[in-house]
Formats: sequence, C-alpha cells, structure tokens
Amino acid sequence: MNKTARVALVALLCVGAAACSKKQEVKPQAPAAEQQAPAPAPESNGKYTPADLQTDACLRQRVVYFDFDKSEIKPEFQQIMACHAKYLQDRPTARMRLEGNTDERGTREYNLGLGERRANAVGSALEANGASASQINVISYGKEKPVCREHNEDCWSKNRRVEIVYTAE
Amino acid sequence: MSKSSSLFALVLLAVASLVAGPAAAQSLNVDIVGGLKTATPIVVVPFAQPQGAALPTDVADVMRNDFNRSGKFRSLAKSEIVEQPTQGSEIKFATWRLLKQDYIVVGRITDAGDGKVQVEYELWDVNKQQSLLHQQMPPAPVGDLRGVAHQIADLIYQKITGVRGAFWTRIAYITAVGSGNNMTYSLIVADSDGYNPQVVARSHEALLTPRWSPDGNKIAYVSFESGNSAIYVQDITTGARTLISGRSRGINGAPAWSPDGSRLAMSLSYQGNPELYIMNVATRQETRLTNNLAIDTEPVWAPDGQSIYFTSDRSGRPQIYQVPVSGGTPTRITFQGQSNYDCDVSYDGKQIAMVQSNGNVYRIAILDQGLGGQVRYISPGPLDESPSFAPNASMLLYASSEGRHGVLYAVSDDGMVRQRLVLSDGDVREPSWGPYRTH
Repeated sequence: MNKTARVALVALLCVGAAACSKKQEVKPQAPAAEQQAPAPAPESNGKYTPADLQTDACLRQRVVYFDFDKSEIKPEFQQIMACHAKYLQDRPTARMRLEGNTDERGTREYNLGLGERRANAVGSALEANGASASQINVISYGKEKPVCREHNEDCWSKNRRVEIVYTAE
Repeated sequence: MSKSSSLFALVLLAVASLVAGPAAAQSLNVDIVGGLKTATPIVVVPFAQPQGAALPTDVADVMRNDFNRSGKFRSLAKSEIVEQPTQGSEIKFATWRLLKQDYIVVGRITDAGDGKVQVEYELWDVNKQQSLLHQQMPPAPVGDLRGVAHQIADLIYQKITGVRGAFWTRIAYITAVGSGNNMTYSLIVADSDGYNPQVVARSHEALLTPRWSPDGNKIAYVSFESGNSAIYVQDITTGARTLISGRSRGINGAPAWSPDGSRLAMSLSYQGNPELYIMNVATRQETRLTNNLAIDTEPVWAPDGQSIYFTSDRSGRPQIYQVPVSGGTPTRITFQGQSNYDCDVSYDGKQIAMVQSNGNVYRIAILDQGLGGQVRYISPGPLDESPSFAPNASMLLYASSEGRHGVLYAVSDDGMVRQRLVLSDGDVREPSWGPYRTH
C-alpha cells in the first residue's frame, strides 16, 4: 500500500470510529456504564457483604465492554473495576470468573485469544485496584457465546465484553 | 437415511452469482457463474441399470454434479441428453459433436450377487472418436454406489486434466442447532458433496477447529464440554477419543497435524498468552515454538513438514507468519489487506488461502507464492472464514454467513463456481476437507 492510500484509509477509519462513538452517546442503553448512579457508601464498617452484590449499584454491573480488536479498559469502566476489586479485597474467600468474549468478526481461534486478552485486562485492572490474583479465574469463549446475533455494530458492541461471574461470594 | 442423518441432512443449494442468491431455491443443480468459457463440456449418459428394483443412486447424476462443482467441467444437463448409449459401440459421435460436447461417458451397472453391483464405464473423446478409458470397478455394496461414482469421476478428471481428482474424499464440519443455553453442537463427517452426514461427536458446549489426520482415520478438534477449551483426537470409525490438551488454565486450541501424522501443533496460553507448541503424539512431549506477547495461533504445517504458518498480531493486527519447526524468528508473509487470519496451505505449498479483512469485509484470499505473491479473492464476503483446500487444491471449502445462519460453500480455486451447503435448521461452520481416501 502506498503512503497516500494508507493516509486515506486511516482517515476513513477515523470517520468510522467517530460515527460509532457518537452513536453510542445518543443511545443510553447497552454499553453505557457512566449513566449509573455512583456507588453508595458501603455499610458501617466500610466493608462489602454478599448482600451488596444484589443491591449495590456499582457491584450489580458485571459486564465490561470493549472497542473492536481492543482490550483496553475504557475510562467509564474504571469505577466498576474499583468496586469489584474492593469486594474481593473485603471478602478474601470470594472468587470470580472473568469470561472474555468478542464480536463475530475475525476467526474463531484468533477470537479465543482476543477474548482471553480482554478478560486478562479486566483481571489486571482488578489486581491493580487491590484484588488478589488467586481470587480470579479467566476463561475465553471467543465469539462462541454472543448475546446478540445481528451483523451490525450495535450488536457487535454488545458482544465485545467481559462478564464478571462470582463463583463464590 | 437414518434419523440422525436426516435431522442433520444438508441441502445443497446452487448459487447463481458472486452475490449470494436467495435462500429459498433448494435443488441439487449447480449454476455456473460466468467466465467459464474454459470449462470443458462433458456428457455423462445415464448408466444402464440391472434388472429388478431401481438402485438408490443415480451414478451418472453424482458424476455430473462432481464435474460441475469442480469448475473445470460443464456437464450436459440430463434433460438435454437425447440419446442413451450404454457402451462405446452405441455412441453416435455426430450427435454429441452437434451438442458441442468434448467428452462422453457411458456405462452400465450389473448385479454382482450378495447385494453387490459392479459398474463398468467408458470415457470417449468425441472429436477423435477415441476411447480414453474403459474400466470395470470392483464389485461394491449398493449402499456404496455414490463412492464408486466419485471414484470414477476422479479417474476421468485425472485422465482429462492430468490432476488427480478429489471427489472421493470426505469433509468435516461443525453444526450448531438451538439457541441461548440450549445449543447442540455436532462434529459431522460427510462425503465431499455433503451426502452421507455422520455425527462423530456431540456437545452442548461449542465445538470448533476439526482437523483431519493425514491418514483420514482421526480428527483433532476443540471442545468446550468441560467448561474450558480442550483439544481431543477422535478415531472416526471406532469413536475412541483421547484428550490431548485439557489444561484448566488458558486456551487449548488450534490443533494441526504434521504431514506424517506424528505431531500436533497447537496454540496454548497456560503460560500467559497464546503461544505455539508442537506435541509428539506418541510421547506427549511438548516443545514451545513461539515466544511473544502477541496472540500466536492457527498453526498450519507446510507440506514438507519443515515450517509452520500461523496467525499472529505481533505487528498490531493479525497477519500470517512462517516459522521453522526447529524454532527461530518468524517471517511475516502477508502485507496486503488490513488483517489476515487462519491460513491453509495447498498440497504443493504454492498457494496459501486465508481470511483477509478490509474494514468490515472478510473474504477468502489466496496468496500465490508461485506467482510472486499475487493475491486473489475467491469469495465475496462479508463474513467469510475457515478456508480449507481439497487435497488436489482444485477446490476449497469455506464458511459464510447468511442472515442469522452459518452456511458452507464449496468453491473452485478460481472462485468462478460456488455451491452452497446449508443446514436446514441451524448453523453449519468450520469446514475441513479431508485427505484422499484409500478405503
């Protein structure tokens, strides 16, 4: 590819990306964590209890969404990382499984790798916030477990996700 | 047809152009895409039948479909076959010259006793009025007549093109039926034209990446039945199954047989991220081949067994690399398209088929190393994947997507003729073309 073509291609990609992010801002549902109320103060001794998993606005959020072919945790999910990490810290016997998923684009085996990379990114963010690695299990389903089956970005954005599953509370 | 095979019966659908046709047209016809002026015209006259009950298989029809699917031949439609000679002495060559046929096949099927039949066929050059082949096939059970037809088609294909035919081969693929938490995945083995589907393995969790052993007796594949991915090898005749890699930590994926069948390459991430390993199947000894923070996966052996092609995103996006089996620094071999994934290599090592993406369009591309790295597309996209060469590289299988359904296509190596294999209910995906058969 020559330089001009490459520049043109990058420009096209940028236009596409801008359109996508704009679309997500208009739509409040699905991958929009920043809309939620901030986490309420934990109970009196300052520690989470299993009951908080059902009631706490932050802990109830168990899905982290990603950009295409990316595994960076977006800023709007930092708060979720912090509260789940605190939960793991407060409850040393708690265990969680991080299930990495991708959209349908790209091959199945490559997407297994990408899903794992995303789940590992969530695991690292939790550890950076104080969780212990021994509390976290990572698994990748690649593109095998989509929650949405349409062939469009709206659907793809819902499938590019890591699901947080507590296996011990 | 048994209950299970009718449940999973494949419907072969013809596709009229490089743009996918409507899903409603269900027939066994193959529509030829334009640009096939070079396809050789051949007429396969209905074979004479033995006395008694009609045979379950129309041998000539099976052969006609084989020839049409190959893209190398254009067989005269049954309705246009105006005369029905069953041996060479009965052929009126003027008739077939008028119909612009280059070759004519005639034959007869006789009762061989014990539920067996014997097929005899002749291939003639219409213009030279010359016999090219005249052969009696070994007696075969009536139920194996499709196989006999494929074998004859292979012999004729080789006589005319000089290339060994690959119609008498099998394919493997995965079907997914159901929705949500109620899915059934099946690993299926079928004839190369989609007939005689047999379930090899079944699971409520995902199955993927079936890969034939070089002797055609076993299939390696990935199953999520234990919760995590795990690699198994299963004997397709006995059903005996061996766990090859089932580590609870990380991915156990992308198995690939060495050309001699003694080793399996695979992608494992138990040491942190997906890396390539080679396992000696007999000793279970594992050697790590790559060492990079990127995703290294989808290994495929070069035909000489000396190097491995694989997918890696070490340069930022997925691309195809080649690394010596003895280790060393991988060499990037794809530079066209935004990303390239999941390659397959032709038997002679000259052609590398892969998934190439540009924006949201994923097409099957062939990198021709014999033509100085020229790349050609053989599928229209937008979500095509899993290319798999026939053992003679004259055709490929790949997976595509139509609406919410996964479908398979068989395509000639020039992309000009495609045939669609659709599962009546659910997804069909992950095709893998088996080796030449010996039994």
